[in-house]
Amino acid sequence: MLLQVEGLRKRFGRRTAVDGVSFNVAVGEIVGFLGPNGAGKTTTMRMIAGYLEPDDGRVRVDEIDVAEDRARAQAHIGYLPEGAPLYGEMTPWTFLRFVAEARGMEKKEVKAAVLKAANDARIGDYIDQPIETLSKGYRRRVGLAAALIHDPLLLILDEPTDGLDPNQRQSVRELIKRLGADRALILSTHSLEEVEAVCTRAIIIHDGAIVADGPPADLAKGHADGLFGAFRKLTGAAEAA
Amino acid sequence: MKSLLAVYRRELLSYATTPIAYVFVAVFLFAIGLFTFQVGGFFDARRADLTGFFAFHPWIFMVFLPAIAMRLWSEDARSGAIELLLTLPAPTWALVAGKFLAAWTIAAIALVLTFPLWVTVNILGDPDNAAIFTAYIASFLMAGAFIAIGSAMSALTQSQVVAFVLAVLASFLLTALGLPIVLDAATGFVGGGVAEALTRFSILHHFDAAQRGVVEVRSLIYFLSLAALCLGFTWLAVDARRGA
Repeated sequence: MLLQVEGLRKRFGRRTAVDGVSFNVAVGEIVGFLGPNGAGKTTTMRMIAGYLEPDDGRVRVDEIDVAEDRARAQAHIGYLPEGAPLYGEMTPWTFLRFVAEARGMEKKEVKAAVLKAANDARIGDYIDQPIETLSKGYRRRVGLAAALIHDPLLLILDEPTDGLDPNQRQSVRELIKRLGADRALILSTHSLEEVEAVCTRAIIIHDGAIVADGPPADLAKGHADGLFGAFRKLTGAAEAA
Repeated sequence: MKSLLAVYRRELLSYATTPIAYVFVAVFLFAIGLFTFQVGGFFDARRADLTGFFAFHPWIFMVFLPAIAMRLWSEDARSGAIELLLTLPAPTWALVAGKFLAAWTIAAIALVLTFPLWVTVNILGDPDNAAIFTAYIASFLMAGAFIAIGSAMSALTQSQVVAFVLAVLASFLLTALGLPIVLDAATGFVGGGVAEALTRFSILHHFDAAQRGVVEVRSLIYFLSLAALCLGFTWLAVDARRGA
């Protein structure tokens, strides 16, 4: 298993954001994280990416423990943070070059890696425009390009299609499918149809714990509204409270 | 090391592509000129040296350098870009050092741009250039200490304004510890011995001899250790974001 997550736990003050999350992801799997806002999706992804340290539990990427050998594990991880934060004053070109250099690439590799990532994420036309002048969709794609510039084994995308128009959404989904073929990919989303369209597996998180895990079609079985019905049933209690 | 250089270059590029560094360097040069000529009485002193110029460095630095350093960490925390930095396969100290060195470079550029004053004293008289060079080195190291203070404060908050105010305050306290007015007041509270010891920790105390061109190794060590201490603190503050 490329990614092994065991008993992950994280508290913020008195609130437990993630409470004993365990799952494994193999190469070729595209896992969709579903759950209401505040369920613990982002916190879980941040812990896998090595941005937050878990209070308990462990994450192993390609058999490397993230807590013990963070930098070596992070070398295999590509991560798109929620909202795709970027440096607005830079251009996609200088920004991607920075990420490649900061990841320790050799000078001669940098240019090829930037061109490939920019091409994969389809940001070619605006590569020399300041990022802050680009549309939301383009910025998201620049963030995606930064996440996959080192061709990582594990790609973690926090709401990669949030706020995009239908065309941009479609192109990002196609990209995700393509990228997911030869690596492990986790994405979080609020769009159930997106999970059905691109994910090979869905994990539903509620109140910091996994309440369902399986292929989207299996989860949808037996519910009148399909995946939506399952989602409502498993996480609806919070809305009612 | 590669990540340190990459962060250093990115920060420099950011200073170069946003107006803030240009504005502050221009204001610094204007202020230092104003103080040297108007308050310091450069021409009235009728001496071919730059003591009237260097004497104002601590006071101008304590406002100018926090302004340069304030955005180092707070801006990334606000925009979320810190998540990108902390998920790079790079040790935290390399990020801290890269950002610090970039801001220090801006301070060095500002210092170098005061060269017309040096040219002027050399035209008007026959100054002790070795002494001037020594004072520049001390001023540069002192700038490093001020920037490190600014970096530490910037790591504590998401607000550049809060980072700036905290850094000015911390810088002022550390500088003013050496002033007679503070010293006298402190003597009343804690006794002469402690007040005297406090003075030894003041920036002013250590810059005093250096601005006259006297190299004191312990003063240079003082500036470097103060910078190292504040960078260590920055490191801790940034790592604390991971919530260990």
